[in-house]
Amino acid sequence: MQIALKFYVIELSKYIIAFLMLMYTSLSVFCIVSRKKKPVSVCTSVQSGLLLILMFLCFLDLTFVSGKEEYLYLFAFITLFLFFMITIVTIIYEKSDRILLNNMCLLSGFGLCVVSRLSFDKAFRQYIITLLSFAICLVIPFAIDRLRFFRKLIWLYAAVGITALSIVLFAGRKINGANINFTIRGFTFQPSEIVKIIYLFFIAALLYKYNSFKWVFISAVITGLYVLILVMSRDLGSALIFFVTYVMIVIMSTHNYIYLASGLVGGVAACIVAYNLFDHVRTRVVAFLDPWHYIDDQGYQITQSLFAISSGGWFGAGIMQGRPSDIPFVNQDFIFSAVCEEYGLIVGVCILVISLCCFCRMMMLSYRIGDKFYQIIVYGIGVMYIFQVFLTVGGGIKFIPLTGVTLPFISYGGSSVMSTYIMFYIVQGIVIKSRNYEFRNEERKAAEALTANDTKVH
Amino acid sequence: MKREKQPKRLRQMIQRYINSSPRAKSMVLINMTMIIFCTLFLAMIIYLMVFVSTSGVTLYNNSYNNRQELQYRYVIRGNIYSSDGEVLAETRIDENGNEIRYYPYGSMFAHAVGYAVNGRMGIEDYANYYLMHTGASLSERVSNDLENVKDPGYNVGSTLSVELQKVADDYLGMYNGAVIVSEAKTGRILVLLSHPDFNPGTIKEDWESITTVPGNSQLLNRATQGLYPPGSTFKIITALEYYRENPDSWQDYSYTCNGSITHDDYRVSCIYGTVHGELDLESSFARSCNSSFVNIGLSLNRNSWENTMNSLYFNRPIPTDMVAGSSSVYVGAGSTDYDIMQTSIGQGRTVMTPLHLNMITQAIANNGVMMKPYIIDEIVDEHGNIIRDFQPQSIGRVMTEDEADYLKNMMMAVVEYGTGRALITDAYTCAGKTGTAEFAEDINESHAWFTAFAPADDPEICVTIIIEKAGTGMEYAVPLAKRIFDAYFGV
Repeated sequence: MQIALKFYVIELSKYIIAFLMLMYTSLSVFCIVSRKKKPVSVCTSVQSGLLLILMFLCFLDLTFVSGKEEYLYLFAFITLFLFFMITIVTIIYEKSDRILLNNMCLLSGFGLCVVSRLSFDKAFRQYIITLLSFAICLVIPFAIDRLRFFRKLIWLYAAVGITALSIVLFAGRKINGANINFTIRGFTFQPSEIVKIIYLFFIAALLYKYNSFKWVFISAVITGLYVLILVMSRDLGSALIFFVTYVMIVIMSTHNYIYLASGLVGGVAACIVAYNLFDHVRTRVVAFLDPWHYIDDQGYQITQSLFAISSGGWFGAGIMQGRPSDIPFVNQDFIFSAVCEEYGLIVGVCILVISLCCFCRMMMLSYRIGDKFYQIIVYGIGVMYIFQVFLTVGGGIKFIPLTGVTLPFISYGGSSVMSTYIMFYIVQGIVIKSRNYEFRNEERKAAEALTANDTKVH
Repeated sequence: MKREKQPKRLRQMIQRYINSSPRAKSMVLINMTMIIFCTLFLAMIIYLMVFVSTSGVTLYNNSYNNRQELQYRYVIRGNIYSSDGEVLAETRIDENGNEIRYYPYGSMFAHAVGYAVNGRMGIEDYANYYLMHTGASLSERVSNDLENVKDPGYNVGSTLSVELQKVADDYLGMYNGAVIVSEAKTGRILVLLSHPDFNPGTIKEDWESITTVPGNSQLLNRATQGLYPPGSTFKIITALEYYRENPDSWQDYSYTCNGSITHDDYRVSCIYGTVHGELDLESSFARSCNSSFVNIGLSLNRNSWENTMNSLYFNRPIPTDMVAGSSSVYVGAGSTDYDIMQTSIGQGRTVMTPLHLNMITQAIANNGVMMKPYIIDEIVDEHGNIIRDFQPQSIGRVMTEDEADYLKNMMMAVVEYGTGRALITDAYTCAGKTGTAEFAEDINESHAWFTAFAPADDPEICVTIIIEKAGTGMEYAVPLAKRIFDAYFGV
C-alpha cells in the first residue's frame, strides 16, 4: 500500500509543485509590472503563503520518497527559518522591500531543498552557513543607515581585493582545474565571491565622485588587474562578471556610451588573446562547439548536463527519480540541470524568471535612490547577480561556453551563499535608508505646510 | 514626407536625451540594462524549451547516458512487430521470473531487428527510447506495482516483411552478402538482410566466439555498413554523368568493343574477354561493356563528375537514421587517367554500401526524388493506440525527371536484351543493372551485384543484392531478385 501511495505522491507532487511554482512566478511578475500599491501588498502576502506551502510540499515529498526521517528535521528548520526571515525582517525593518525578500526566500529555500536531495551532509553545512549569513545580514541595513565611511575607503577596497585574490592564486588549492579556493583550518573559502562585493564598493566609491577620463582609466587598469588574476587562476566566470559589471558601472557614472563601445572592443580583443594564450580557455570553447565529438573528454560535463535536462522533460522525472549525480560538479556549476531533471523544465524556467524578477526589482529600486554612490552599488549588484545567473545557466545548457560559476542561492557552497545574501541585504539596506530619507523629507514638508497654514490662520 | 519625419524625430529624441539631467540619463541606462537582460533570458528560455522538446529520444539513446538503467527497474521492454503483424522480438518471463528477450525468427532478422544486451543494434537500438518507456496511465502503473509486475514498454511496428525476408534469407543461404528491398515511392525498408548472421536470442552466450574469432564479422550489418567495390552497377552513375555532359548528343555515341581497351599502358578488359562489337550508349550499358565505359569515363569532365558524385551522397554521410557507412569515390581535378579508368566501371578505390546503391536505384524509380530509408513505421502503446506514426520523408531531388527517365530506359534495356534477361516475364516488367565486382584474379571469386526495381512503368519496390565471392551478377544475383519480385507480386 505504501508503494502505491509513493507512486501517487511522486507523480502528483510533480504537477502540484510545477503548478504552485508557476503561480508564484506569475505573482512575482505581476508585482514587478504593477504600479498600484494595494494589490501588490496583497500579492506579496499571498506569495509568502505560497512559498511556505511549496517548501512544505518539496520537503514532504523528499522525506516520503527517500524514507529518511532526517529530512523532516531539515524541513522543520527551513520552514521556521523562512517564516522568521519574513516576519523578523519585516518587523525590524518595516521599510524593507517585500518583493525582493519573498523572491530571495523562495530561491534560498528551494536551493536548500535541491542541495538536500543531492547530499544530506552537504545540505547540513549549507544550512549552517545560511543561518550564519542571515545573522550577519540582519546587521547590514542598520550599518548602512548609521555608518558613513563606506564611500571613503577607495584604496583600502582595492588593496584588500587584489591581495585576497593574489593569495588564492599563489597559495590556493586546485579544485576542478581552477585554484579559486583557499583553506584555513579545515574551512574552505572561495574569496572571489566576497571580493566581488569589495570590488563593487571600490568602483562605486571611485566613480561616483570622479568620472573624468583620467579616473576611468585608472579604474580600468585596476579592474584589468583583477580580471588578469582571475583568468590566471582559471576562474573565467568571475573574470567575465567583473568585466561586465565594470563596463556597466562606468556608463552609469559617466553616461558616455563610447566607453561601452570601447569596452566591447576591448572585451572581444581580450577574449581572442585569452583563447590563444590559455589552454583552459580553448578547452571550454572546444567543448562548447562540439561536445558530442569530445564526449569522453572535454565535452563530458556538458553532455552529462544535457542528458539530465532532456531526460526531465517539461514536468521532470519526479523527486529522487533521476540521476543528477552523474553530472560532475552538479552541486556547484550544474545545479540548474539537476533542477530541470527532477522538477522539470517548467520549474527550471520559473527559477529563471524569478531571478529575472529579482534583477528587475533591483533596477527599479535603483531609480529612486538619490545618493549616486548607493545607486551605483544597487545597479552593480543587480548586474552582477543576473549576469552570474546567465553565465551558469547558459553554460549548463550549452547556450554559451561553460565558465563554471555558481547559481546564486541555489548552488552548494558557503562563500557563494553568504556573498549572495550579503549582496541582497546591501540592496535592502540601501532601499531602507533611501525610503527613510524620503519619508523624513515628506514628514518635514508636511510639518512645514502645517506651520505655514497655521501662520495663515493667525 | 513621412521618410523625412522619421530621422527628425530620432534627432529630436537624441537631442532631448543629451539635454536631460544626469538622473534621467541614469533612468535610460537602467531601462536599457533591463531590456538587454530580459531579451537574453528570453532567448535562453526559448532555446531551452526547444532543446527539451526536441532532443529527448536521441539523447536517451546515447551510450554515455546512464539514465537507461533507471528505466529497467520499472519497464518491461516492448515488442517489435513486422509490417504484417508478426512478432519479431518480445520479452518473456521464465519460471524463475527472469526476463528473456525472445526472437521467434532466430537469426533471420539478426541485423535488422538487432539485439539489446551487450550493447544494442538495429531496431532494438533505434527504438530503444520507446521500447523502454511506458504509455501506462498512473492508475495502471499503480496496479502493476501492487501486483509486482513491470509496466509494458511501447511496441514498435517495423516496415519489415517476413515473407520477403524469408525468400532472401533462404536463397542467400551459406553465402555472405546482403539484400535490401525498399518501397520505391516511400523509402520504407521491406527487407534488410546481412550474412553471415548470428542468433540475437543467444548473443550473450555466443559473444565470446562472435567477437574474438579473427575474421569473423557477423556483427557487421553488410547491408548498411558493408563497403564493396560496386563494379558495373556503378555504370549507372557514369552514364548519368555522360548524359549530363552531352544532353543533346548522347544518342550519337558509338564504340567498337574489341574485348579490351588500352590507355597509357593500362589495359581494362571486358568480362570473360567478351568482344561486344558495335555499341551505342544503351547497348554498352545493357551488355555492361567495360571497354566502352572506360572510353566514356575518360571523356568526362572530372570536376563536374565530382559534383555529380557529391550530390548523390558519395564521400559524405548518407541521410538516414540507421547506422550506415559512407561510400567513397576518388574523382576530381587531381585524378590520374588510371584512376578514372578504374572508377568508370566501379573498380579501383571506389566503394559503396548496398544501402546507398539501393537509395540511388530508388531515386531513379521515383522520378529523381530520393526518399529517406526508414525501418520503423509506428510506435504503439499496449492498448494499440498509435503514439507516433513515421511518415515518408523526402531527401530531395538528386536528378531531374529527364535524367531519371533516361536511366530507367537504360535499365529496362538491361532486362530486355542485356545481362538481366533472366527477369523477362509476363507478370511484371523490370529494370535493373548487374555488376560483377572483381577484387581478386579469379572471376569466380567476384562479388555478384544486382540492383533493380519493378514494375518499370510504375515502380513499387527496389531490390539491391550483393553476394560475396559468388561470381557474376548475371548468374547469381539476378535469380534472387526474380524470386523476390515473384514473391512480392504473388506470381
